[in-house]
Amino acid sequence: MSKKELMKGNEALAEASIIAGCRYYFGYPITPQNEVPAYMSKRLPEVGGVFVQAESELASINMVYGAAATGVRAMTSSSSPGISLMQEGLSYMAGCEMPALIVNVMRGGPGLGNIAPSQADYLQSVKGGGHGDYHLIVLSPSSVQEIVDLTILAFDYAFKYRNPAMLMFDGILRQMSEPVVLPQFKEIKSDYEWALGQGKKQNIIRSLFLVPENKLELHNLHLQGKYQQIKNEINLYETYLCDDAEYFFVAYGTPSRVCRASIEVLRNKGVKIGLFRPISLWPFPDNSLKKTVGNANKIFVVEMAYNQLEQDVALSIENKDKIVRFNKLGGAIFTEEEIINFVIKNV
Amino acid sequence: MENLKALYKTPKSLIKKNMHYCPGCGHSIVHKLIAGILDEFDIQDKTFFVAPVGCAVLMYDYIDCDTVEAPHGRAPAIATGIKRTKPENIVISYQGDGDLLAIGTAETIHTANRGENITVIFINNAIYGMTGGQMAPTTLIGQKTLTSPKGRNLLTEGAPIRACELINSLDAPVFIERCKVTDSKSIIKTRNVLKKALKYQIEKKGYSFVEILSSCPTNWGLSPIDSNKWIDEKLTEIFPVKNFRDNGV
Repeated sequence: MSKKELMKGNEALAEASIIAGCRYYFGYPITPQNEVPAYMSKRLPEVGGVFVQAESELASINMVYGAAATGVRAMTSSSSPGISLMQEGLSYMAGCEMPALIVNVMRGGPGLGNIAPSQADYLQSVKGGGHGDYHLIVLSPSSVQEIVDLTILAFDYAFKYRNPAMLMFDGILRQMSEPVVLPQFKEIKSDYEWALGQGKKQNIIRSLFLVPENKLELHNLHLQGKYQQIKNEINLYETYLCDDAEYFFVAYGTPSRVCRASIEVLRNKGVKIGLFRPISLWPFPDNSLKKTVGNANKIFVVEMAYNQLEQDVALSIENKDKIVRFNKLGGAIFTEEEIINFVIKNV
Repeated sequence: MENLKALYKTPKSLIKKNMHYCPGCGHSIVHKLIAGILDEFDIQDKTFFVAPVGCAVLMYDYIDCDTVEAPHGRAPAIATGIKRTKPENIVISYQGDGDLLAIGTAETIHTANRGENITVIFINNAIYGMTGGQMAPTTLIGQKTLTSPKGRNLLTEGAPIRACELINSLDAPVFIERCKVTDSKSIIKTRNVLKKALKYQIEKKGYSFVEILSSCPTNWGLSPIDSNKWIDEKLTEIFPVKNFRDNGV
């Protein structure tokens, strides 16, 4: 029986990862994600798991890499500056095709920035972030229930495609309490033929390809083939009141909730507006967005970052001249009133 | 005599092929020693290596065990991740001086300090080999390298860092020893030291650290014979060959 409980975003994330079969967590303290390692350090030993507080994010992502090499479900969580430090390890893991979950509870940047909610790591996450031609699978929830569902889904995708997956959301969702239904614990396996210790042939987890000369190119072509397959198979988004809409919001995470909340007021004022919310940020639901907003009078891209989500929106659609950007930077958040006034001024 | 026999036989765990290492390089000797010990303990199938960035990244071409390639300096973190999920397996982190004492200093210290039940094998040749002979954290004062053309200067580059002594300041490690592989006597001694370190890991005693002074004739600009002489006369002066800790007994 699935039960309904009130949970905060970060706790829901931690419990969902255990439900998804994760028993190995490696992390380093950074605000605003500290509830996750606190929860894991208490909870994992109860389910026979292992919690290690690493000496840095460099170490934690490489501990995840080592654990992933044995075929188990492992994860780390961090926030923006810590995720920057992990980019080297993520590039290696993408190159070696190691599945794991990386969680980024985004905060304001650049640099030390602040600890307020932000979405300014969008491009870093969806375009690569580290060196080389690679992609992470990136999902972004907008409710606590969706944190639960997408944590489990992200692990499943990571192992289906042998690729690191990232869940990213802003610091508001992290502390928001909402009722959630926790699903049943998953039965998982770890004896993948590519993992260490399978005993059949020598398994080498590698991203170095020197000879023959075209071996690295062939490996990259293989990766690109896989990314194309992922693009064909993952296309997550939600639409709200888009069928008759003349105007559209495109937003994800917390800003999408504020947009959604302002739709009723705007419609009462005669603005026929709907919301397109991408859930998979890579692959981006480009064709679905293009179809949805094809006849838009205006497309309001609302993000807590400057021209990041908007770049993918512009790449996806043919009517990019209809885009109106509305940004909050440096940890500032949108209010419903601000969004309503902005739309009224710009329609 | 048993030791000699083991030393001169081609171990089953060693893949028979020409190694890419330069003539006189210490890696090939150490690879062979490790492979022989894996045979002796019959642990080839349960041993995982973490290969470093550097000349030894291709060690999986020679030692027939499952292996993970580490980013530069991160081998002990990867070894930690493996060992925590597979405590019954044997995990060996094999690293050079730049890897272990420059870019990976934090991972080196903290993995030792947590007392991870792994074995770290540290090949110290006082230079960056793969990248063509730059100054390493263990380069001697006055030693000329590609990036210390006038010799390492104490005032601007600092003194060589001693890994065993650093790790010996921590509580958790179980076994710490520095060896060399310059003649048959020291090679046999090194074999016994490696064997002890791995035995302690098998017995779940905890973290073991073996430093091996090893030659890099190509980047030192010396013949293999003169290289060994330089280790015996100069390197061991700064890096004394001895046991630092043996809490496994």
